[in-house]
Amino acid sequence: MNNYILHVKNISKFFGRRLIFKDMTFEISNNGIIGISGDNGSGKSTLVKIIAGITSPSSGEIVHQDRGEEIIPEKLHNYIGFVSPYLVLYEEFSAYENLSFFSNIRGIKLNIERADFLLEKLLLFKRKDDLVKTYSSGMKQRLKFIFALIHNPSLIILDEPTSNLDSSGKDTIYQLVENESKSNIIIIASNEQSDLNLCQREIRLEDFKQL
Amino acid sequence: MHTKAYALYLKDFRSEIRTRYAVNSLAMFVIVATSVILFSIGNETITQSLTAGLFWVVIFFSAMSGLSRAFVSEEERGTSLTLQLIAAPSTIFSGKLLFNIVLVFCMNIVITLLYSALFDGFAIKNLALFIAAFFFGNAGLAIASTIIAAIISKAGAKGTLYPVLSFPILLPLILTSVQLTLMSFEGASFIDAKFELAIIICYDVIMLTASYLLFDFVWKD
Repeated sequence: MNNYILHVKNISKFFGRRLIFKDMTFEISNNGIIGISGDNGSGKSTLVKIIAGITSPSSGEIVHQDRGEEIIPEKLHNYIGFVSPYLVLYEEFSAYENLSFFSNIRGIKLNIERADFLLEKLLLFKRKDDLVKTYSSGMKQRLKFIFALIHNPSLIILDEPTSNLDSSGKDTIYQLVENESKSNIIIIASNEQSDLNLCQREIRLEDFKQL
Repeated sequence: MHTKAYALYLKDFRSEIRTRYAVNSLAMFVIVATSVILFSIGNETITQSLTAGLFWVVIFFSAMSGLSRAFVSEEERGTSLTLQLIAAPSTIFSGKLLFNIVLVFCMNIVITLLYSALFDGFAIKNLALFIAAFFFGNAGLAIASTIIAAIISKAGAKGTLYPVLSFPILLPLILTSVQLTLMSFEGASFIDAKFELAIIICYDVIMLTASYLLFDFVWKD
């Protein structure tokens, strides 16, 4: 179990005059899986981007704390793992090169044991030296999980985690998610009931649409 | 931060070697622009002030054809989000700036060698002053081009917007660089050029400071 706390305090998001969600407040601490559900276009991806510090809320505040200390925005990326369909890895590099570059840019040494374990687990080990552009969409999706987990993040954000995956790929991901949730916080934004079944708590975006 | 920025520079360098996104367009522009100038001059002898102006015109438009790559390619390929998830904005700006500095210096060394070989008016009498103008001019060009590339990468009409937005921002730099290059052709001393040198150094410092301060707002949605 880690000592990570995510405080979401009264956040609202508008695109122009269009309300996405309003006055959302919740808190997640230590570990577990929390789900974010809603129809297409309801703002699930926007919410997870706001939590990850990629997009700013129109109002309200997000506070990330590790061991009681607030994490400054410049360091936040070291605590977060992120998977989404709109995340793109560098296609001109191999899986291993991607992971190596990402670790170097983060300022950490690539943990080869963990990289090999994750590549093996997600059935990419034999193709680790092939260029990403030669991968199928399902393989790219599995590589995104390695990208998200390689640096042992405390907060793992999964936006539509099982898109493009076959049934065995989904099972592997669910197993990984359950293992990671023992020590980390996991947020799943999805429409898939099988994804949301993993969650101990669910936030429905429809509940935050009242003006 | 320096190690992380250098790692990002290495990533971009490797990517450039594999994709040739910027180098090809830069090389083509330099060759075509220099050839057009040579054909249009014919047998005429052009003055030193015109040579200095044409030298920086080619540098400016070459920069416009290739330096936006730093951010535009990330945006077009959809990898901006990936970068946001692995590094702080200041690291990203430093890495991209380092890449553009190396690219602009390599490109302009080639342009300088081409001009020395092809134009009679390109006769440098004060080499130290020319090197100072070249160094500070190129540094300013790389800094300004990098932050403008970051701004336009989020816009729709990137190709048109880049030179349009760059022109007013780079105008003081280009004019001062042209003046300093001309002075180096005329053999002026550093004392004679101190006013222009002060302008160009101030431009670089102001642009670098403003870029680091603004980049956070430009980079985040």
